[in-house]
Amino acid sequence: MENLIAPLIAAPLLGAAVLLVGGRRLDRGGHWIGVLLSFVSFALGLVLFADLLGKGAGHRTLTQHLFSWIPVAGFQADVTFRLDQLSMTFVLLITGVGSLIHLYSVGYMAHDERRRRFFGYLNLFLAAMLLLVLADNYLLLYVGWEGVGLASFLLIGFWQHKPSAATAAKKAFLVNRVGDMGLSIAIMLMFTTFGGFAFGPLLGTHEEPGLVGGASEGKLTAIALMLLLAACGKSAQVPLQSWLGDAMEGPTPVSALIHAATMVTAGVYLIVRSGAIFNAAPDAQLAVTVVGAVTLLFGAIVGCAKDDIKKALAGSTMSQIGYMVLAAGLGPIGYVFAIMHLVTHGFFKAGLFLGAGSVMHGMNDEVDMRRYGGLRKYMPVTFVTFGLGYLAIIGFPGLSGFFSKDKIIEAAFAKGGTEGWILGGAALLGAAITAFYMTRVMLMTFFGEERWRNAPAPSPAEPSVEPAAEAGGEHAVPHPHESPKVMTIPMIVLAVGSVFGGAFFSIGDRFLNWLEPVTGHDHGDSPLSAGVITGATMVCLVVGVALAWAQYGGKPVPALAPRGSLLTRAARRDLLQDDFNHVVLVRGGEHLTRSLVYLDHSLVDGVVNGTAAGFGGLSGRLRRFQNGFARSYAVSMFGGAALLVAATLLMRAV
Amino acid sequence: MSFPLLTATAALPALGAVATAAVPAAQRTAAKWLALLVSLATLALAVTVLVRFDPDGERYQLTENHAWIEDFGVRYELGVDGIAVALIALTALLIPFIILAGWHDADPLETGSRRWRPTQGFFALILAVEAMVVISFEATDVFLFYIFFEAMLIPMYFLIGGFGDRAHAHGEETAATQRSYAAVKFLLYNLAGGLIMLAAVIGLYVAAGNFSLTEIADARANGTLHMATNTERWLFLGFFFAFAVKAPLWPLHTWLPNAMQEATAPVAVLITAVVDKVGTFAMLRFCLQLFPEASKWATPVVLVLALISIIYGALLAVGQRDIKRLVAYASISHFGFIIMGVFAMTSQGQSGATLYMVNHGISTAALMLVAGFLISRRGSRLIADYGGVQKVAPVLAGTFLIGGLATLSLPGLAPFVSEFLVLVGTFTRYPVIGIIATFGIVLAALYTLVLYQRTMTGPVKPEVSAMPDLRVREVLVVAPLIVLLIFLGVYPKPVTNIIDPAVKQTLSDVHEKDPRPEVEAAK
Amino acid sequence: MNPVNYLYLAALLFTIGATGVLVRRNAIVVFMCVELMLNACNLAFVTFSRMHGNLDGQIIAFFTMVVAAAEVVVGLAIIVSLFRTRHSASVDDASLMKL
Repeated sequence: MENLIAPLIAAPLLGAAVLLVGGRRLDRGGHWIGVLLSFVSFALGLVLFADLLGKGAGHRTLTQHLFSWIPVAGFQADVTFRLDQLSMTFVLLITGVGSLIHLYSVGYMAHDERRRRFFGYLNLFLAAMLLLVLADNYLLLYVGWEGVGLASFLLIGFWQHKPSAATAAKKAFLVNRVGDMGLSIAIMLMFTTFGGFAFGPLLGTHEEPGLVGGASEGKLTAIALMLLLAACGKSAQVPLQSWLGDAMEGPTPVSALIHAATMVTAGVYLIVRSGAIFNAAPDAQLAVTVVGAVTLLFGAIVGCAKDDIKKALAGSTMSQIGYMVLAAGLGPIGYVFAIMHLVTHGFFKAGLFLGAGSVMHGMNDEVDMRRYGGLRKYMPVTFVTFGLGYLAIIGFPGLSGFFSKDKIIEAAFAKGGTEGWILGGAALLGAAITAFYMTRVMLMTFFGEERWRNAPAPSPAEPSVEPAAEAGGEHAVPHPHESPKVMTIPMIVLAVGSVFGGAFFSIGDRFLNWLEPVTGHDHGDSPLSAGVITGATMVCLVVGVALAWAQYGGKPVPALAPRGSLLTRAARRDLLQDDFNHVVLVRGGEHLTRSLVYLDHSLVDGVVNGTAAGFGGLSGRLRRFQNGFARSYAVSMFGGAALLVAATLLMRAV
Repeated sequence: MSFPLLTATAALPALGAVATAAVPAAQRTAAKWLALLVSLATLALAVTVLVRFDPDGERYQLTENHAWIEDFGVRYELGVDGIAVALIALTALLIPFIILAGWHDADPLETGSRRWRPTQGFFALILAVEAMVVISFEATDVFLFYIFFEAMLIPMYFLIGGFGDRAHAHGEETAATQRSYAAVKFLLYNLAGGLIMLAAVIGLYVAAGNFSLTEIADARANGTLHMATNTERWLFLGFFFAFAVKAPLWPLHTWLPNAMQEATAPVAVLITAVVDKVGTFAMLRFCLQLFPEASKWATPVVLVLALISIIYGALLAVGQRDIKRLVAYASISHFGFIIMGVFAMTSQGQSGATLYMVNHGISTAALMLVAGFLISRRGSRLIADYGGVQKVAPVLAGTFLIGGLATLSLPGLAPFVSEFLVLVGTFTRYPVIGIIATFGIVLAALYTLVLYQRTMTGPVKPEVSAMPDLRVREVLVVAPLIVLLIFLGVYPKPVTNIIDPAVKQTLSDVHEKDPRPEVEAAK
Repeated sequence: MNPVNYLYLAALLFTIGATGVLVRRNAIVVFMCVELMLNACNLAFVTFSRMHGNLDGQIIAFFTMVVAAAEVVVGLAIIVSLFRTRHSASVDDASLMKL
């Protein structure tokens, strides 16, 4: 059965190769190859899942050794895959959501002349992401890790003719590279400390602790912090979050798959997978929870201020991943819930993005929510599926977000002590803000007056507001319409997942029992009872919705963004993070490179050219002595003779 | 006596060079084909060497040993270890691509003009360089090595100075001035290094009594040849200086950007991917084997210089406006990695460095040759003159991107394996230097992606709107290199198998062992 | 008579000759000054020979005379041909031998 793991990755990889190398002759029908191979991968995943279910809870780990990758003296890296409950969960999420989004893209990208390449990149992404979650050692994981970065780069910059897209792609890759640096240093540390970096011997299992137990806490903390840096880059956590908002330049299916459901959660996977290391490094765990809590508030605040529907959702993604990272930082209390929220989030956030894409599809690619309004009449299916996703994300009782998020808030309180109160409080506050901004998105898009009927020309007077995407020149009144079936079916499937997923996982602790053998679980003891926390969450939810209703439901939404408070304006600019990066890194870097270029030319090269010029000049001087006058030669001869005599006499005198 | 395979591998391109030069002036195309065939035949010989070489056998294999200048103890002594075999294979592999990529680089300036452009000379010089590089990799006699290490400069000088890049913004006159500046700079730098090395070679003879690498190394290892600490250090410095110029190591690097900028793209590849490798190879073979103690004495300084090269080269690459200069500075950064791996004195570092030499050759060739195709289409080397090429010439842009991704060491492509090995190898012994060097991977991403973004994406510039995509000949050049990059990235084992035993022996020459991990698996 | 006096005379003659070589422009005069210096040396050699009581100095004096004679032959020939081509006997006019 384990021999099926490699084909799982190979199928989409083959698709990518065929589509990218195949050339123009595949332009017409090639995208179906991509869709097909993605579903093949999903089917293989299901077969493997059934196989795992058939085994006892303790024996659900399959490994497949393909070949020895880098065999150099003591350094051994193999291409080995490992399928256990944790990676199985991811495989199903990636291939499942991935296949649906492939299908959706058939409709969404129908009119793009480079559609074949788009599907090639999507398949490449699937392969890399599967490699990431199936790798059996950190170095192989690193390959997948950068592979998804590459796919993300290619897809964000898919519309390369737009400079903004190309810049966003570059930015995403660079910020991720900073995170990758963390991952490579972590691997190097593992190698020097343990002599290897394969999961099995390093992390051990429940019964048999791995090598990690033998290392000093300082070393483990260093490794864990470096892993956290990597996770921050990939999962857009503070301080490496700045790329995610810009990444929305990519086509919407990409935002749904890569920048909401799968790739950005890789950081959470990394932390949960390395649980054994984090458990032994409490300081690093604290850092993880702090990063998670800060990001969940950060993303939520940014999400409140954005008028671009995709950027509002991007802020939300950041915030929700903040929840997962927070949960992952709590240790065994939170690992399972982090992954559970990750899966439910995969459903509803992908659904929300696909809904946003459907709205944009019907609105001439308009992304500014201030030019939406009242769309529920024109796009009923989109409205319903988006609405269900909305209810799920804010944690409406009974829907999936309710179960998973509530558990994380409980776990945060269960951490205990002051930390527990602060983290729990932040999570509760985040829930309120989530309710606020999602209600805002919902109201501005589907309710209220139809602002798109008399959309004003974009005003250049407000440079601080995010420009309304690429609308350039198209001021025709859009004719909103429902999207074709090939797009709505994936949305419906995802909506079903968002509604029932949480309940399905939670009833009878199915998800907990499934993952526990890998991640371990610990109940912790919460100072508050579960009922109290749920009640508090509900209060937060109601407050958030009510505030949003008061601001956007009760009164008309202005078509141009009001100036807003200081916080709003800062939030529109992503809380000034980009400005900071720009001033400190970009400007500073430009000055540094420019002065270095100058120095290289004037100093390093100058020394050499100067030496050459110096010798030339010296020869020029010396040449003057050769003036042709016999008497001056005679003087030098006499001078020389006199010197010799003087020297001889002097020597004799001494 | 068995067939002198190593001599043949070096002699064939040498004879080919003479034959190519002798082709009548009118028969340009014949000369090109002749050169290509000779280079392919050399490749076949190199593959034979590769096959006949037994990684687990003796250290130096396929040896040949004849008296040459007996009065001075100079012998014609050849032999290859795993490191040399890998590099000979790389050289023989790249030359056909260089010839094919430079197919039209030495054509007459105007068709029908009687002005003589020495097409024959161009290809003959390339083959001459190949011959000398190959024999430098094979020589186990220090004097023999020295001769070809220096003689290489002559054909390289003419290749740089005589066949410049035609894409020059300021007209033919300025081009000629800058070209001769670059060629003279190249020559002077390397001659200076070579002269100091000559002094050290003579010093070595005085100290050791002969020139044979194997004999001296053996005598040093078993203690029969004792060298005073200071003598050893001075001799080491003499050798190292020459190799550091060739490599090039900061701050002796400034000849490389000029030379690569002015030379045609294939010649630039020849410089950085083939000729410069002799420098880093010689550090491994001569510096470490002949002067083990001095090498260890110099390690901290060399590592710091290598680190500066890595960061400095990358930062300068970011600030370049000229595509070829950018690649040159990127190469300086990569040579920093190679030297760092050599002097980290761990098996990962040295295996990584050797593998890096091979991978860097392939990846730079891919990137630089595609850049050359790009430049020849637009007639400009300035990044700012391009934009939106992706839209007009997608295959060109795609191959350029892959070359760039290889340069930034994307996992899955060959350079990643070597770069990571070098980093790990350095980190196990010098964590701080290892961590700082890791910043290099971020900077590498920066300069590569900036280059890609500015040239390939964005709105299509009017000047590039009629740019044709890659032609068949050009695809034939690039595609195999890309396939190799991917293959060696996924399955580097064939190369590491050959390199590994040789590296182990080099490491034992300097009496070093890999540091043990802190926590070891219970046996 | 104290032989040292001859040495003083030789030194005086040598100085006069040297000054003449440096100061005068006329090639003939320079030439004669060189002769003067040579003969001053001869005087010194002969004196030394007398003071030390051996013949070394006298032998060297003969050598010097041979050299001086040869020099006269070559030097005068050069001066004459110079005067023919340049119509001047000034040494400063013959300054072509430079870079």
